[in-house]
Amino acid sequence: MSNYLSIIDKERKEMLDAIGVAKCSNLYADIPVSLRNKQFKLESGKSQQQVYDEMKDYASENVVFDTVMRGAGAYDHYIPSVVKNLSSRSEFLTAYTPYQAEMSQGILQSIFEFQSMICSLTGMEVANASVYDGSSAAAEAAFMCVEKERRTILVPENVKPQTIEVLRTYLRRRNITIKVLTEKDGFIKNGKVCSDAIKDAINAEAACLYFEQPNYYGLIEDAEFLCEAAHSAGTKVIMGCNPMTLALLKSPGECGADIAVGDAQPFGLSLSFGGPYLGFMATHVTKDTMRRMPGRIVGQTVDGKGNRCFVLTLQGREQHIRREKALSNICSNQAHCALVASMYLSAMGKEGLKEVATACTSLAHYAAAKFTEGKATLKYDNTLGVEFFHEFVTVTPTKADKIVDKCAKMGILAGLPIGSNEILWCMTEKVRVSEIDKVAEIMRRA
Amino acid sequence: MSKLMYAKTHEWVKIDGKEATIGLSDHAQHELGDLVFINLPAVGDSITAGETFCDVESVKAVSDVMAPVSGKIVAVNDELENAPESINNDPMGAWICKVEVSSVPDDLMDEAAYAEFIK
Amino acid sequence: MKLIFERSRSGLRCATIRPLEAPVFTLEQKYLRSELALPEVAEVDLVRHYTELSHNAFGVDSGFYPLGSCTMKYNPKLNEEVAAFDGFTHTHPLQEKETVQGNLHLMNDLASSLMELTGMDGMTLQPCAGAHGEFTGLLLIAAYHESRRDSKRTKILVPDTAHGTNPASAAMAGFEVVNIKSNEEKGVDLDDLRSKVGKDTAALMLTNPSTLGLFEKNIEEISKIVHDAGGLLYYDGANLNAIMGIVRPGDMGFDVVHLNLHKTFSTPHGGGGPGSGPVGCKAPLVKFLPFPSVVVDKKGRYEFTHGKENKDSIGKVSAFYGNFGVMVKALAYIKTLGSDGIKESAEHAVLNANYMKAKLQDIYPTESHRYCMHEFVIDLQKLKSETGVSAKDVAKAMIDRGMHPPTMYFPHIPGVIDEALMIEPTETENKETLDKAIEVLRELYETAHTDPKYLLDTPHNTPIGRPDEVAAARNPIVKYDL
Repeated sequence: MSNYLSIIDKERKEMLDAIGVAKCSNLYADIPVSLRNKQFKLESGKSQQQVYDEMKDYASENVVFDTVMRGAGAYDHYIPSVVKNLSSRSEFLTAYTPYQAEMSQGILQSIFEFQSMICSLTGMEVANASVYDGSSAAAEAAFMCVEKERRTILVPENVKPQTIEVLRTYLRRRNITIKVLTEKDGFIKNGKVCSDAIKDAINAEAACLYFEQPNYYGLIEDAEFLCEAAHSAGTKVIMGCNPMTLALLKSPGECGADIAVGDAQPFGLSLSFGGPYLGFMATHVTKDTMRRMPGRIVGQTVDGKGNRCFVLTLQGREQHIRREKALSNICSNQAHCALVASMYLSAMGKEGLKEVATACTSLAHYAAAKFTEGKATLKYDNTLGVEFFHEFVTVTPTKADKIVDKCAKMGILAGLPIGSNEILWCMTEKVRVSEIDKVAEIMRRA
Repeated sequence: MSKLMYAKTHEWVKIDGKEATIGLSDHAQHELGDLVFINLPAVGDSITAGETFCDVESVKAVSDVMAPVSGKIVAVNDELENAPESINNDPMGAWICKVEVSSVPDDLMDEAAYAEFIK
Repeated sequence: MKLIFERSRSGLRCATIRPLEAPVFTLEQKYLRSELALPEVAEVDLVRHYTELSHNAFGVDSGFYPLGSCTMKYNPKLNEEVAAFDGFTHTHPLQEKETVQGNLHLMNDLASSLMELTGMDGMTLQPCAGAHGEFTGLLLIAAYHESRRDSKRTKILVPDTAHGTNPASAAMAGFEVVNIKSNEEKGVDLDDLRSKVGKDTAALMLTNPSTLGLFEKNIEEISKIVHDAGGLLYYDGANLNAIMGIVRPGDMGFDVVHLNLHKTFSTPHGGGGPGSGPVGCKAPLVKFLPFPSVVVDKKGRYEFTHGKENKDSIGKVSAFYGNFGVMVKALAYIKTLGSDGIKESAEHAVLNANYMKAKLQDIYPTESHRYCMHEFVIDLQKLKSETGVSAKDVAKAMIDRGMHPPTMYFPHIPGVIDEALMIEPTETENKETLDKAIEVLRELYETAHTDPKYLLDTPHNTPIGRPDEVAAARNPIVKYDL
């Protein structure tokens, strides 16, 4: 019933006359008649108000939790009003990829700023304009590392399960082996990757080691040692980071990683049931790394009058020019999410971001202590010489599902059950201490 | 005495006994426009006449460079890596690589024939 | 324009969070970074900065955007509002299924609608963009052949007019690419296809209508040739907007299709993304789709496939379920238009393109003896050789007249089409806008003959002139030194 056309009958007639046909359907003369107008089941169009109502109905079939204590790859952070407001400006939202630099300086500059901020956070020298999410960033980074003779990717099993799944899919037809380093084989100790054991796994076939900081269990890896171990055999290192933790933690650059990747969803993007999120990639500038980076990259240059300006650059890497020889097929990325992230980082600023990260780790440590006052214990605790950031795993005599149910009744999304009696919790600055105390009460009896 | 020849795919080759030096013709660099990158081959690579062994990029295009002769690469002009514009500025001076020649196809052209070819 | 870093002044704060309610926890020094450089601005500075950037950006809301192959139609506001409902934005991807029935229901309904529109038997919403969809679709094709122990099918056929993503995706999925020539009608050259198709053919990837905006008349014959050789047919949905509701890829013989929700289904492109690239397939390939898929149980409850149900799946292509927020907008669009509105939109996309073509083809060479679909390509080779004014010059001059240029230099078939401008007006533009664009393009043609020099350094009315792209690529400056 509704449509978004802007045409009246008189104009339609004039246009059809100009073309020389009687009706629109005549323009489809090239389509074999036998193929046309097959029946398909789709409802008739509805009024905007009806659609609003129907969409509201879907939304209300979901449970929205006031408090979210679940992370595992998707993080519920406070989003400043200014970010929501500015990012919804239609010039940003309804623009295409900035192919025409003269009329797209705003978009291009925003991407340049995003690249700069990602470089700053990761301690790297070049970042791209984004890829789909953290897991595809990991896969694209793996492609960057693979060489003729080095075709194995080492991945410890304490990274997010979804990252391993996506890596498998991406690499399955590329004659690249994924070697998962397991706890059983001694590669993981006390939840962390064991750098001594890594040394044994690394050989001349290993293109790269991918690990996450913090890892799936929320633990901080000994990143410098892992980088050193990998480099000793010429193996590159891809560090998958939760960028929020980089407000405090040593940057991948400082740790010696070759490529930093991750998902910048924590920077101003809502949970949104898993997407759109924001894959980022950054690396050092060496002889060939910049050329192997996938996706859009914005560079600074000048116009004929010497004015500073920005353009999409190094396009010779990309699919629209290099076709089957391109290292990646990516075209559309997550540009608007990158815009949101740079607005978020600018709004929080250097001190604000540290405050958010400090709140996350402080609340998580408070919660971890409170949750283990009864029978619950931390699966990996400080007595093992490990430290976590804002996610941690509890072990309880009570089944994890039961705890989740009890929390749900109080409007709290509990941590993620990752074993029948294990829960992976996450605290962000949004979580109130009063809610932590409520869950602590449940845990005490668990 | 070295001999300057051209391939139909617009590479020049100076053959001096067993060794040949390869570059892009002035006509080629002109057609390609401002070069911004060259994907150089490596010493030790074998190249086959008529097959691609290297590519060059302008802002909006990437073009294969074909081997005018067959052989094994013994030297690569690494300076082009950071200065691909040398090919535009001095195409005859900006050699790409030197090869130990194993065979020379018989359809190479001398300077006069090439000048005629690109007319 | 200043960079945000140049607006930064030490000590300024913008957004703030509540005071910490727990004791401060300090991580051991060995874990901590040395310094962190980020902008420090007040809220008003931030607002002025991004408002200024937005004034230097051009979206569909700003004006005519006939960027061929990109389907820059109007992005309805209703879709934005409903996608921002808390019930959607505030759901965690790993919530228990009982608590996200609305999301699963929505995904199921969207997938069903897209299956109906494409004539497919299964659909995944997981790919985040068109190219991501291509990669996914090609993995399905690989899995299909592998499951039949038909392991010699290593090649993907791609017409020379295809988007660059097609060959790039094929290579990423581990295939070899074989290019197929175009015939005189700018369609697939059937003889070339016959000579190249064979036992090693995994699939032919086809955009129909093609990137020249022409419907592939021989589609039934092409389908037969490829299928007789044991290959599959892949539909690149970039140009579905011309024919949605009119003819379905499934009925044309395609086995796998990807769609672009950010083109055909009106979701905004956000300056480069996020998009969404659902992939549909025929029954024999359904079991290979990425996991998890949404299924409905007997009691009408929705859940994700798990365990054994996923055993044949190619795996995950995204961390979670894809760009869910984009899916919400696309479903709102489909519901608003409905079966009739979708067809009507396609017809008007084609009407608008043919109207512009009819009004320009006397001076700008194009495929004049047949109707185009939603877009058409004009070739400025003749203009360039006569006046020195290139496609780029004309495109840049359009910027001065307040419109976004068409896609430039694509498709490129050396010696056949070298100076292409690909014009896709879309259905949501009115006649006045089209007439204005026609007038501008006709004027520019005149100017090219009378005052070519004026066009060589257009645009004149923009904040910057033509950027030095060569310098940008030779000496890349890709970040600000904070």
